[in-house]
Amino acid sequence: MKSRLGWAPYALLVPSLAFLVVFFATPMVQAFTLAFQDPDGAFSMASVERMLRDASFRNALVTTLALVVLVIPIQFALAMAMALIINARLRGQGMWLYIYALPLGISELAAGIVWVSIFTQTGWLNSILEGLGIIDRPITWQSAETPLLLIMCVVIAEAWRATSIIMIILVAGLQSIPREYLEAADVYGATTWQRIRRVVLPMLRPSLQVALILRTILAFQVFATVIAIAGSGLDVLAGEAQRWATDIDNDHVAAAYAGLILVLSLVSTVLFLVLLPTREEHQA
Amino acid sequence: MSDIRTTRWRLPAAAAAITLALAACTSPSASPGTSGPAGGEPADGEVVMISSQLAPTAEAELMSNEILADFEGEVEFIGAESGPFNDQINAQAETGEGDISLIGGLDGEFQAFAANDVLTDLSDVAEELADLGINQDYLDLGKVGTDQQLYIPWMQATYIMVARTEALDYLPDGADVNDLTWEQLTEWGANIESETGERKLGFPAGEDGLLHRFFQGYAYPAFTGGVNTTFTSDAAVEMWGWMTDTWQYVNPQSTTYGFMQEPLQSGEVWVAWDHVARLIEALESDPEAFVAFPVPSGPEGKAFMPVVAGLGIPTGAPNVEGAKEVIKYLLSPETQATTLSAVSFFPVIGSELPGDLDPGLQAEADAVAAQTAADDALPALLPVGLGDQGGAYSQVFKDAFAQIVVEGQDPAEVLAGLLPNLQDIFEATGAACWAPDPPSDGPCEPQ
Amino acid sequence: MTGATHGIPLPRRRSGRERIIGLGLTYLAAVLLALFILVPIYLIAVAAFTPRADAFTYPRSVIPTAVSTETILFFLNASGVIDSFWRSVWVALITLGMSLAIGAPAGYAIARYAFRGRQAYRLVILSTRAFPIVILAIPLAVTYRVWNIDDTIIGVAFMHTALALPFTVLITSSVFVSVPRELEEAAQTLGCNPLQAFIRVSLPLALPGLAAAAIFTWVLSWNDVFAAVILTLRNPTLPAKILTALTQSPIYYQFAAGFVMLIPSIIVIFVIRRYLLGLWGRVVK
Repeated sequence: MKSRLGWAPYALLVPSLAFLVVFFATPMVQAFTLAFQDPDGAFSMASVERMLRDASFRNALVTTLALVVLVIPIQFALAMAMALIINARLRGQGMWLYIYALPLGISELAAGIVWVSIFTQTGWLNSILEGLGIIDRPITWQSAETPLLLIMCVVIAEAWRATSIIMIILVAGLQSIPREYLEAADVYGATTWQRIRRVVLPMLRPSLQVALILRTILAFQVFATVIAIAGSGLDVLAGEAQRWATDIDNDHVAAAYAGLILVLSLVSTVLFLVLLPTREEHQA
Repeated sequence: MSDIRTTRWRLPAAAAAITLALAACTSPSASPGTSGPAGGEPADGEVVMISSQLAPTAEAELMSNEILADFEGEVEFIGAESGPFNDQINAQAETGEGDISLIGGLDGEFQAFAANDVLTDLSDVAEELADLGINQDYLDLGKVGTDQQLYIPWMQATYIMVARTEALDYLPDGADVNDLTWEQLTEWGANIESETGERKLGFPAGEDGLLHRFFQGYAYPAFTGGVNTTFTSDAAVEMWGWMTDTWQYVNPQSTTYGFMQEPLQSGEVWVAWDHVARLIEALESDPEAFVAFPVPSGPEGKAFMPVVAGLGIPTGAPNVEGAKEVIKYLLSPETQATTLSAVSFFPVIGSELPGDLDPGLQAEADAVAAQTAADDALPALLPVGLGDQGGAYSQVFKDAFAQIVVEGQDPAEVLAGLLPNLQDIFEATGAACWAPDPPSDGPCEPQ
Repeated sequence: MTGATHGIPLPRRRSGRERIIGLGLTYLAAVLLALFILVPIYLIAVAAFTPRADAFTYPRSVIPTAVSTETILFFLNASGVIDSFWRSVWVALITLGMSLAIGAPAGYAIARYAFRGRQAYRLVILSTRAFPIVILAIPLAVTYRVWNIDDTIIGVAFMHTALALPFTVLITSSVFVSVPRELEEAAQTLGCNPLQAFIRVSLPLALPGLAAAAIFTWVLSWNDVFAAVILTLRNPTLPAKILTALTQSPIYYQFAAGFVMLIPSIIVIFVIRRYLLGLWGRVVK
C-alpha cells in the first residue's frame, strides 16, 4: 500500500499545512519575534528578563503548574467514571450521555460566572450551608489570603467545565474496543477492576494520549475562569500574557509569557508521547 | 447645581499649567498623520463612535438610547475595553481605512493617540463651543501639549466613599464622617470587626477594579504629598504600613471586587472607596440605606483624583463633519444634563443645566463637592504623558499592593525592588512629573 | 443495539446479589456525577430569574420564591445581543465545516500511512495549539485589514479554524487508528480503489469519532473570547460582546448573561446526543 500510493499521505496533509502556514505560522512568527526584540526591532533579551523579574512571574508559574497538576487527574478520574457509566448501558443511557456532555458547549466565561454565583460570600454555597444550619456567618471562599482554598474553587469550576471533552474522547475510544475482549475477560472471571486495568486501559491508550495532550495544553492556557473566580487573587501565565498584551500594552513581554507557555506545552506533549506510545508509533 | 459643578471641578490653575508645560516637552508636535487621506467608505451620514468610557452594557445602552436619542442623525456607539479600543484606533490609523469617526476616551488615552499622530485638530469646534464655558483647564489638557485642540473635554468623574448607614453606628468617637482621616477609617473598620466579627471595609482590588488609582491619586498623595518622587520615601513605607494594618478589617474577598456597588448592596461590604460611576447604583437603589462622603485626609491633605474624558476625531475618519456634529450635541447643556442623570458622569461645561437630580446622584454630587472644596483638598492628576506605558505604570502599584499587603512582604524592600520598573517607564516615555509631584525639567525621576 | 447483555459491569459469573449491588453502585455514581453537572446550571438559572429587587438578599432561597424575566430581558434586548448571537452561530458553523474538510484528510493520513515526516507533522500540529491565542490575534488583525476581511464573520472563522485544526487532525487520526485497517484492505482486495474503500468502510466506522471532533471544533469556536474581541468591533460574536460589555456590568446582569450563554450549549449537545447514539447503534451492530 505504501509503495503504491507514496504521494497520497502528503496530498492529504497539504490543505491543512497550507492553511496553517497562512493563518498560523505567519502571524505567529511575526508575534514570536517580538519576545526577542527591543522596540526598535533589534535582538534583545530585555523582555524575557523583564518577565523573569515580573512581580507576578513566580506566582503565575507556580499557580499554573499547580492547577495543571491538580485538575488533570481529577478530570481524568471523573471522565473515566462517566465514560464507563455510559458504556455500562444503564437505563436512559442517552440521558446520562447528554447530562455529562452538557458542559462541552459552556465557555470559560460562562463557567466562571456560574461558579461565582456559587462561591461568592452571599452566593449559593453559603446560602445552602447557612440554610442547613452548618454555618452562622458567610465563609469567604474566594480570598487571596487562603490561596489553597481559592485554587480548589478554580479546580472545581474547571473540573465541571472541561471534563466533558475527555469523557467524549474516552467514550469514543471505549466504543472501539471489541466486545469480544471484554467478554473473554469475563469468561475467565476477571473482576470489574481487573477488566478496566488489563483490557480497557491498554486498549484506550490512543484515546488517553490524545485527551491528555489536549487537556494539558488547554490547562496551561486557562485564564477566564481564574479571573472570574479569583480576580487578582491568583496569577496564571496566560492571564499575565493577556495582561501584558492588553492592559500594559507591551507585546514583547506578552510574547515572552506566550513563549514560556509554549515551552511548557511542548515539554508536556513530548512527555505524553514518550510515556504513552501507541501501537502505531511502535510500528513507525 | 451649577454652582457646585463649576466651582468644584476647577483644578488649581497652577496644576494644570504644570501639566501643560510638561506635556509640551514630551509629546511630539502634531503634524499631519503618516496615514493617507481620509480613506474608507464615504460619509453616509452615520457616525461610528468607539469609546473606552460608558463601555459596560448598561451604560452603553443608556448612551445609545437616552444620551444620543435626540441627535439628528445616526450614531453607532461602540463601547470597548481599553486593549481593543487602542488596537482598533491605531490599526485604523496605520492602514488609513476603517469605520471610526469619533473617539471617546480618557485624557491619558488621548495622550497616547496624540503621540501616535492619530488625532485631527478640533480648534474650530472648540471655538464654536466657546459660549458653553467649558472648563479652561480641561480644554488646555485637550491640547496635549500642542497648539492644536486634539480632543474636546466631554465629561468628568472622580472617586469617593460610600457607606451603609448601619456602619455609621461604629464610627470612632468624635469622628465626623464628612471629615475623616485615613487612620480613623482604620479605627472604624476595627470597631465594626470587633463588634460584628466581620471585615466590612472594601476596596475594588479585583481584576476589573481600580485599586491602583487609590494608590496613585489618594493614598500616596495623602500620606507623602507626591507619587513618583516619594515612591520609596519613609512616608510611603508608613502609608503601606497603614494599608497593611487596615487590610485586617477589609473583606478578604476584595481581591475579586470590580465595582463596589454590588458588595455594598449585598452587605458584604459596609464602607467602600470607588469611582462615582461604580457606586451610583447602590445610592440610586436605596438612597436611605447609603451615605456618600468625601475621602478621608492623610498627613499631607485630602488627596483625590479628578478624571477627565474627552472626544476626538481620528485620522482616516470617514465622516468628520458628522463627528463634529455629535461632539457639539454631546456638549450641549441638555445632553450634559442627560449624561449626568443617565450615567453619573459630571458635566465639563459652565452653563446652567436644566432639570432636577435623582437623590442618589445628589448625594454623590454633594460628597464630590465637599471633597473638592475641602480646606486641605489636594488634587492628584491621572498619569500624564505615559502613553502606552499607562498600564505598566498602574501595574507597579498593583504589584506593590500584591506583594506588600496580600503577601505580607517588607514594604521598603518591595518598593526598592519595584523602583527600577518605575524608572524604566519614565526613561522610555520621557514623561515629566505631574501634580502633586513637583514639576521636573525633563523626565520625572522616581525615587 | 442488543442492550444490557453487552454491558461491562454485568459479568455472567457473579451472583445475582452482587450484580444488583454493582448495578446500584453504578447508578449511584451516575446520579452523583449528573448532580455535579446539573446543580450549578439550576442555580445559575434561579439567579438569572431572580427579580432585580431580590438580587442581593441573603441567604438566597434555592427554591425560587419569585420569578422574573427582568434581567434576562434586559440582557436580550441590549442592542446587538441577538445579532451577535447569530454571528456566533455562523462563525461556529463555518469553522466546523472548514476544519473538518481540511483536518479530517490529514488525520486519516497520519493514522493510515507510515511515511517520512509523519511524527514531525504530528509535532508541528501539536505545537501550533500550544501558542496562546493572545499572541496570534494581534498580527492577524492587521493582516485582515489588508485583505479587507477585518471585522467579518469569515475572518473570525478563519482564525477559529486555525485554532481548531490541530485538534481536529489529532482526534480524527485517533478515530481512524481505531478503525481496523484490515477492513479497508479487505475492501481493496475486493476491487475497491483506496478512495472507495475509505468511503464505504472506514468513514462510516469513523463517524462517531468525527462527530466528537466536530463538537470539539464547535466548542472552541463558540467559546473563544479573546480572538473575537481583537478581530471584531462592530460585528462582535456573543462572547466578545459579553466580555467587552458585561464583565463590568452589575452582577445580576452577569448571571443573566451566564445563563443565556448556557442555552445554546444545552440545545446543541441535545441535538448531537441523538446523532451520536444513532451512530453508536451502527457501530455496535
